[in-house]
Amino acid sequence: MVKLEETPLPGVGVRHDFDGRFGKRVGVITHRDGRREIFVSRRDDPDACGQSIVLSDEEAEAMADLLGGSTITRHVSRLSQDIEGLAMDWVSLPGISPYAGRLLGDTMMRTRTGASIVAIMRDGHAVPAPGPEFPLRAGDTLVVVGTPEGVVRAANLLNGGA
Amino acid sequence: MPLAQLFLELGAVILALAFVGRAAGRLGITPIPLYLLAGIGLGAFMSLGDAPTEFIHIGAEIGAVLLLFTLGLEYTSQELRDNLRANRQVGLLDLGLNFTPGLLAGFALGFPPLAAVLLGGVTYLTSSGIASKVLGDLGRLGNRETPVILSVCVLEDVAMAAYLPVVAALLIGGTLIAIEINLLVALAAFALAFFLALRYGHVLSRLMNVQSNEALLLSVFGLVLVVAGVADLLKVSAAIGAFLVGIALSGEVAERARGLIEPLRDLFAAVFFVFFGLQLDLSSVPGVLLPALGLAAVTSATKFMTGWWGAARAGVQTRGRFRAGTTLIARGEFSILIAGLGLELVPTLGPLAAVYVLLTAILGPVLARFDAQLAPLFDRKLREVRA
Repeated sequence: MVKLEETPLPGVGVRHDFDGRFGKRVGVITHRDGRREIFVSRRDDPDACGQSIVLSDEEAEAMADLLGGSTITRHVSRLSQDIEGLAMDWVSLPGISPYAGRLLGDTMMRTRTGASIVAIMRDGHAVPAPGPEFPLRAGDTLVVVGTPEGVVRAANLLNGGA
Repeated sequence: MPLAQLFLELGAVILALAFVGRAAGRLGITPIPLYLLAGIGLGAFMSLGDAPTEFIHIGAEIGAVLLLFTLGLEYTSQELRDNLRANRQVGLLDLGLNFTPGLLAGFALGFPPLAAVLLGGVTYLTSSGIASKVLGDLGRLGNRETPVILSVCVLEDVAMAAYLPVVAALLIGGTLIAIEINLLVALAAFALAFFLALRYGHVLSRLMNVQSNEALLLSVFGLVLVVAGVADLLKVSAAIGAFLVGIALSGEVAERARGLIEPLRDLFAAVFFVFFGLQLDLSSVPGVLLPALGLAAVTSATKFMTGWWGAARAGVQTRGRFRAGTTLIARGEFSILIAGLGLELVPTLGPLAAVYVLLTAILGPVLARFDAQLAPLFDRKLREVRA
């Protein structure tokens, strides 16, 4: 975890900063009026700002989205690595798939690949533990769990490959 | 006096200020010292009629009140409490180092004691306006020494809030007993108002928070003037009443009020500085030049030490310490305000303060700008001292 330091700036706002891993102090000043100021310290003078950028409220939000987005992705990919020998993937069912419009049981997924379909995402909802009589539709996202190889084979099968 | 002449003269004065303000922006400095010069120039080369002078006089009073009010708005009561607790030592050092030279110089110049106390106030108060402008313009808000600089300014402002009512009470004069009673009344009123502002500020803030900007502007401006008037009746100093209203307002209403009052403050504050310049007797300037130079040299050094020490305590390196020291050197609006109180005691106090403010307001920001070139100088000297 990054150790954030909070310093009140009377009459201005609040400063949050931390000593970055690559030798620079990085911080954000939240001004009273909502503006955010991102700054990095100078390398030769860590007490001083080398560069600072003032962002409006909305720009700061967009910036946070950009920076935050990568954290979420990293978190998911780490999840599949954390449990050894177990993989999990989201496979979307394209229109060209042979199984679009057929029942889930028709894929004979467990028998053919060893992987299981544990849930199906459709229109933003999740259908957990779908039975064999569940009709698949193009555009569904299938949550597949199994060995890493099994998951890859399952994805190929659903996409119309071997 | 015909209205046309009044408007023409006032308009000319304000346009001159606009010109000066633009020039200051071009040079990247605050216009405060230039407004003073403009006032001095006006006094020397033009004579305004009675009506414009009257207007400028009242405008100047409103300007002083609004300056203090917006200063109070800058701080939340929480910030004041935290600062009082955390930075006592720097604050006391600041007071000792920078009030004393003014006081001693006052005595040395043969001022009456009260005028010497006023001169102490003049040399004590850093211009928070100039300091924050330097920090903002040079992109130094994220610097490590910046919280120290801001804290010193906050503590000075609190100290001034206690100092002004005391001085105001002393200025009334009279017998010793009358002075004591005035002093007690002033201090009690101030303490009560300060307590109420800290304790019940949020209630006032909620009451004042109306939706329309127009209504908010009118209620805030009206309240400030009423409280300032009451404070003046109690002989506490109108400006302090305004300061306390500023402290009491917090949160969203303070935010909005700041935006609404700022243009008004800028207008009247400029008038305030012009008025001060107008009042100055130019012929007394050569006489105060030497004392002002000496005072500026000594108190620039003591302010520098204050900032240096404060920054060192916060674990900042040489260059940052240098920046903290130099940023604090500039004196400005409040030194003028304090000197204005004593114009009748000692006629030379005004010109002395004006020249002094001009010198420090120019020296401080210029030195602050060249930290890369000048700070190593201090470092080498320091090493030599140690070796």
